[in-house]
Amino acid sequence: MDEALFARFRKCAVDVLSVDDSKVVYDAKFADDLDADSLDLVEFVMALEEEFGVSVPEEELEGIGTIGQAYELVVAKL
Amino acid sequence: MTGRVVLITGGSKGIGLACARRFAELGDRVAVTYNSSPPPDGLFGVKCDVTDSAQVDAAFSAVEAHFGPVEILVANAGVTKDVLLLRMSEADFATVVDTNLTSAFRVAKRAAQGMLRQRKGRLIFISSVVGLLGSAGQANYAASKAGLVGLARSLARELGSRSITANVVAPGPVATDMTAALSDDRMKELTAAVPLGRVAQPEEIAGVVVFLASADAAYITGAVVPVDGGLGMGH
Repeated sequence: MDEALFARFRKCAVDVLSVDDSKVVYDAKFADDLDADSLDLVEFVMALEEEFGVSVPEEELEGIGTIGQAYELVVAKL
Repeated sequence: MTGRVVLITGGSKGIGLACARRFAELGDRVAVTYNSSPPPDGLFGVKCDVTDSAQVDAAFSAVEAHFGPVEILVANAGVTKDVLLLRMSEADFATVVDTNLTSAFRVAKRAAQGMLRQRKGRLIFISSVVGLLGSAGQANYAASKAGLVGLARSLARELGSRSITANVVAPGPVATDMTAALSDDRMKELTAAVPLGRVAQPEEIAGVVVFLASADAAYITGAVVPVDGGLGMGH
């Protein structure tokens, strides 16, 4: 994993989801570990799109439940 | 600077302008979008065709740069193209729905971005009594105005957890350019059907809009507030 990339990703999560950065780890689950609801996720994805200059279509978000899954989805587009 | 940031679409005349003046009197920072005629001096006007998403985005960006993020949105811009069904072209229908309903979606979507970040906001949609009452010759207009109710109530559910409310104001006949275009006979007929026996002044609609944006209305969301002199009672 690219530490610098993940650091940018983590900062988005910290800003948008208002969580402590120690909680934003690869295996963290949005709902259980980060207390994020569907609206939080929409905001998070929009922040990621802006930060990384990528576009994530709605259908690709299906089944994305952890920080790691979201990270891989974005990284694959860079 | 103090005061809330308010954006009113179609704010250079009629109900929109009356709302703009009421908010300005309260010390709010008021921006209005307009399509043809600019607003009077003292209001921050942004030219914007609300049927164009790029122009809507640009208008919000201009307001955000001037005042900051929009906290109160009044989706008021609207048109009529009255014609009986069999003479109504698909373009007549589509244009009115695009301007009155799809544009409300466009501006609400853009406004919600900033409201979500602020964890507060008021979305106020100007509908019409005919949305639920129906009106011969206004199938397009009535459909668009009824659509605002479903739009607002869905947003009330989607955004409620972030202290964003979405409400609808449903005016009856109001003394504006829109009703000035009606024939005297039609106006008499319309007025006769109103229990209060007269049309509303735009300020009477604005008073309710300002209330829905106030702290006193913090627990009201998904409501359709009739301001119609009793015309729509029972609907």
